[in-house]
Amino acid sequence: MTDQPNEQRTFGFETRAVHAGAAPDPATGARATPIYQTTSYVFDDVEDAAALFNLQKMGFIYSRLTNPTVSVLEERIASLEGGRGATATSSGHAAQMLTFFALMSPGEEFLSSRKLYGGSLNQFANSFPRAFGWKAIFVDGEDADSYRRALTPKTKAIFIESLANPGGVVSDIAAIAEVAREANIPLIVDNTMATPYLCRPIEHGATLVVHSTTKFLSGHGNSVGGVVVDSGKFDWTAAGKYPALSDPEPGYHGLRFHETFGDLAFTIHAHAIGLRDLGPNQQPMNAFLTITGIETLALRMERHCANALKVAEFLQGHPAVAWVNYAGLPDSPYNALSRKYMPKGAGSVFTFGLKGGFDAGVAMVEGVELFSHLANIGDTRSLIIHPASTTHRQLSEEGLKASGATPDVIRLSIGIESAEDIIADLDQALKKAVR
Amino acid sequence: MQHDTYGDSYLSDILASVKTIAMVGASTNWNRPSYFVMKYLQSKGFRVIPVNPGVAGEQLLGETVYARLEDIPDPVDMVDVFRNAEAAGPVTDSAIAINARIVWMQIGVRNDEAAARAEAAGLKVVMNRCPKIEYMRLHGEIGWNGINSNVITNRKRPVKAVKKLM
Repeated sequence: MTDQPNEQRTFGFETRAVHAGAAPDPATGARATPIYQTTSYVFDDVEDAAALFNLQKMGFIYSRLTNPTVSVLEERIASLEGGRGATATSSGHAAQMLTFFALMSPGEEFLSSRKLYGGSLNQFANSFPRAFGWKAIFVDGEDADSYRRALTPKTKAIFIESLANPGGVVSDIAAIAEVAREANIPLIVDNTMATPYLCRPIEHGATLVVHSTTKFLSGHGNSVGGVVVDSGKFDWTAAGKYPALSDPEPGYHGLRFHETFGDLAFTIHAHAIGLRDLGPNQQPMNAFLTITGIETLALRMERHCANALKVAEFLQGHPAVAWVNYAGLPDSPYNALSRKYMPKGAGSVFTFGLKGGFDAGVAMVEGVELFSHLANIGDTRSLIIHPASTTHRQLSEEGLKASGATPDVIRLSIGIESAEDIIADLDQALKKAVR
Repeated sequence: MQHDTYGDSYLSDILASVKTIAMVGASTNWNRPSYFVMKYLQSKGFRVIPVNPGVAGEQLLGETVYARLEDIPDPVDMVDVFRNAEAAGPVTDSAIAINARIVWMQIGVRNDEAAARAEAAGLKVVMNRCPKIEYMRLHGEIGWNGINSNVITNRKRPVKAVKKLM
């Protein structure tokens, strides 16, 4: 769409959210992406099958590896994040497992922010070391120097959340990316709570971006899924410590992924080894629902953010509320970082503290009439949870404090209902909570 | 012209205009990239003539291997360079000498002086790209493995661009 031979027109975010990865179905012309509910795909002949199995051409063999509906989702999210490729998984947790599977060997370490979703804390602190021998070193400080000081020769990656769950904390992505660059290791950013509409970590130096697509990307609380997006910018061979990507792979006749596939290496590996051997592929029905959800991502995120700011301002002025931790509020300590990394809005998930502590928290979640009391975020519906009694329940008192989920904390995920109805429901529930 | 980026139409016009490709540095090892790029391009209807002095005279994927571009008896539209940037210089000069219309240097291969000579002689140049990857990208195949094609289209894309020839 340009007369210049060496320039390519780039499409806007909203256009790519609707179109990227999808085209009219080649067989039928169907305009919406069909749900290819099939396990396997017929080969043309033995030669064709051999080329597919040897990774000499792209195509479909078996839906644990690739599926035409899922691949539309992958390309769409890769496009929105500005990545080279993406690999969809059965959940956000599976995306994290697949990511570290490509990078880590037993006995090696990665640095992780301590300000994480409670489920990720469990996965990193307990299951990863027990099952795989991957050790997470949790970094207490949020500044880049805290990460720099924690580096060791065994450190293979740094993991942070752009906008950290349970809310209000914004990571200094570019500064932490610089630490990773100096150490020649990839920075992995969980961008679930911000979505690529609000924040694109690759533009700030991240190598890999992971998502729970269950949340705002899918957006309607109906499909569990995950994805890992690769920037294509990390030199796995030159770094010399990622043998899965740089060394001969016995499962593919000694093929070296990075040498053979260049900047596609991580994504091809994640399908051909990660999904093949670990098995957590996303289902085509979930991919279809998520593709459909993403088409309205920009519109929904605008409304999510606008509603969240109104609710945060309401809570800040309420006598039963001790504090509100929303990065979109001017007096938040994270407001400057939020304006830098998420200029279109600070998301719609945040926490506030009740003066009444744990008991008031329980009364609050049991007193709402419009909000849904459940363990999810990023739904069209407004959601509420009391982390200390639910999502973060497995953590010790110390762990609760470190992750920002103290007993007085309520986490909200503000939906796209009428703002006045959301506020009215909180107002009546707060009355019950202080009774 | 600059060679940091290429428009989709520039690359697709080249690929649509080419029938015969000479591949300099073609490997007889079935698990090397040059081997399966050759095999892929053949499957899309291109004739690919391998050039590799180490195995000159042998047969590779149904074609005779030649030692030099100048030894190929048939007209060549495009020269695909699977050699390093330094070697790409003399290969480009040979491409000019045999009246090829296009010089295409593989991923990681860039020689701006050679490109300038080729362009002065009226050839089109692509550097630091792979014709297999670009063909897959422009024809909707690369997304099958989750790769971002950067292509937006409102047209049905054929599953196979041409009749299978091998």
